[in-house]
Amino acid sequence: MTFLELVRKNLFRKKLRTILTTVAIFIAFAIFGVLATFQNALNSGVDTAGADRLIVTNKINFTLPMPIAYVSRVRAVEGVKTVAHANWFGGYYQEPRNFLVALAIDPVTYLDIYPEYVLPKSQRETFLNDRGSIIVGEALAKQYKWKVGDRIPVKSNIFRQRNGSDTWDFTLAGIMTPGAQGVDVNFVAFHYKYFAETRSFGGDTIGWLIVKTAGSKDNDRIARTVDAMFANSPFETETKTEQAFNKAFTEQLGDLGFIITAIVGAAFATILLIVGNTMMLTVRERTNEIAVLKTIGFTSRRIFQLVLGESMLLAMIGGLLGLVAAFLMSVALQNVFAGRIGVMSFTPGTAFIGLVLMASLGFLTGILPALRAMRLDIVTALGRK
Amino acid sequence: MSEALIVLKDIGKHYTRSKQTVRIFEHLDMIVPREDFVAIMGPSGSGKTTLLNLLGGIDRPSSGEIQFDGKRVDDLSESRLAAFRAGSVGFIFQFYNLMPMLTAAQNVELPLLLTKLGPKARRERVKTALEIVSLSDRARHKPSELSGGQQQRVAIARAIVSDPKLLLCDEPTGDLDRETAGEILSMLQTLNRDLGKTIVMVTHDPEAARFAKRTLHLDKGRFSEKDLSA
Repeated sequence: MTFLELVRKNLFRKKLRTILTTVAIFIAFAIFGVLATFQNALNSGVDTAGADRLIVTNKINFTLPMPIAYVSRVRAVEGVKTVAHANWFGGYYQEPRNFLVALAIDPVTYLDIYPEYVLPKSQRETFLNDRGSIIVGEALAKQYKWKVGDRIPVKSNIFRQRNGSDTWDFTLAGIMTPGAQGVDVNFVAFHYKYFAETRSFGGDTIGWLIVKTAGSKDNDRIARTVDAMFANSPFETETKTEQAFNKAFTEQLGDLGFIITAIVGAAFATILLIVGNTMMLTVRERTNEIAVLKTIGFTSRRIFQLVLGESMLLAMIGGLLGLVAAFLMSVALQNVFAGRIGVMSFTPGTAFIGLVLMASLGFLTGILPALRAMRLDIVTALGRK
Repeated sequence: MSEALIVLKDIGKHYTRSKQTVRIFEHLDMIVPREDFVAIMGPSGSGKTTLLNLLGGIDRPSSGEIQFDGKRVDDLSESRLAAFRAGSVGFIFQFYNLMPMLTAAQNVELPLLLTKLGPKARRERVKTALEIVSLSDRARHKPSELSGGQQQRVAIARAIVSDPKLLLCDEPTGDLDRETAGEILSMLQTLNRDLGKTIVMVTHDPEAARFAKRTLHLDKGRFSEKDLSA
C-alpha cells in the first residue's frame, strides 16, 4: 500500500457519496469545457485575423450596402496592396434550418487576401473560370455529402433572382481546408458578378471591403484616409482592423465572455459548496480515525496531506472526466454547428484552464477540512480526557 | 527486569474545565523497567487513561519530566513526538480502532508507511506480525469480516509491526468475552516474555490484571503497588 492508495481508499469508502459528488464535478467541468469551446469558436475569427487586413463597412451599419466604385477608390490609397469585396447572401440549403454562411465575393482578390483558405490548384482554377461555381468549407461538404462537380441549390432568405426564384444553382468547384489551426472555412462563396447580374435588387452595391495593407504600421493612416475620403457622402464608411471588426461582430451576440464566466462561475460556486460540505462531513465522521492515525505516528502534516489529497483526487477525477466529455462533445458539435459559428476546438488552453480550475477546486474544498484535521487534538478526539 | 525504560519524575497534570482547574496528578513518580508488564487499575476518574496518554506521548504533563530510554520526551516538538510514537510505542485500544476500508494486512502496514522501508520489506514485516498473532489466513479480510478477537489481534499486529519497545494497552479486553480475552492476554504475555516488549496495560478487570507481572493501583493521582510476578 502507498500513501496515494490510502488517499484513494479513503475517498471511495462511501462509494455512492463519492460517485454523486464526482458526477456533480463532472457536470461542472463538462459545462465549462463546452462553453469554452463555444467561446473559442466565436473568437476564432478574432484570433486568426490578419494584422495587415482592414474591413471597410457602411458607417451606419455593416449590413447596409456601399457602391462598388469604392473598390477602385480605396485601391488607389497609398499603402493599400489589394482590395477585395464581399456581400452577405443570407443563404440556406434546402430548408431554412440548414443555415449557410454564404458570401458573394470577388474570387481573385478574395482568395489572394485570404491565403489561409486553402484550395487545390486545379479546383481554384475551376472556380475562377466558372462564374456559376461555388466553393465550400470541408466540414460543410462532409455534413451535406457534397462532392466536387455536384449541383448545389443555395436559397436566400434576403434576395430573389430576377425570375422570382429564391434559389441559385451552383456547381461545386472546390472544397476549402483551413491553412492553420483555428481558421474557419465553414462557409460557401461564389462569384459576385454572377450574383449581381441575377439578383432582383441591390444593383452594383457591395457589403464590405477587405483591404490588405503594406503592413500593420500603415493601418491607422489608411483607415483614416479611407473614412475621410467618403465623409459627408451618402455612403460614409467605417474602417477597422479585421480583428476589431470580428470582435465587434462577435459582441453583437452580447458579452459572451461575461455570460460564459457567469454560468461557469455559478456552476463552480455550487460545486464548491457541495464538495466543501461533503469534505467537512467526511472529516467530522472520521475524527476518531484521524486521531488514531495521529496516535500511531502520523504527523499533522501527513494528516493535512491525506485530507487535502482526497479533495484534490476527487476534483481531478470528476474534472478530467468532465473535460474528456467536453472534448468529445466539441468533436460531435463541430458538424452540428458547421457554418454557423467559427471552429469549435477544444484547445490546449482550455485544457490548461480546466486543470487550474481542478487544482483550485480541490484546494478550496479541502483546505478547511485539512486544517481542521491537522489541528485535531488526539486526546479530545479520542474522548480520552 | 533491569534498568528503567520509562521514568516519570514529579509529574503534575491538570485540565481547565468550565474555568475550573481539575488536578489529575501532583508530584507523581513512576518507573517502568524494560521488559516489564504492568497492569494499572483504579476507579473511574483516577487518571489511568491520562497516565497512558502521558506515557505514549499523546499528551504532555503540566509539570515534571518524562524520560524514555534515558531521553526526555515531554519537551519534544509535535513532529518529533509523532516520530517517537511511530518508532517507540505501539497502541492497543479497547475498540480496536482499525480502518474499516483497509484489509487486515493494510491496517497492520499503516505505521510502516511512516518508515523508509520499501514495499517488499513492508510486506515481510506485515507477514511476520500477522504470523505472531496467528492471523496470516485473514490478511485480506476487512475488519467487518473479522470477529472482535480477530480485530484485536490485527490491532496488536499493527502495534508491534514497527518493533516498538513499549506497548500501551487501554482496556484491551474490555469489548471481548472471557475466553477471547484470555487469548488476547496470553498473546500479550508472550510478546512480553518472548519478544521482550515492555507493556503497560490499563484495565478494570482483576482477571486481566493477573496476566501482568505486577499491578499498580491508581487512586486520586497516587500509586499503590501489588506485585504478581513472584
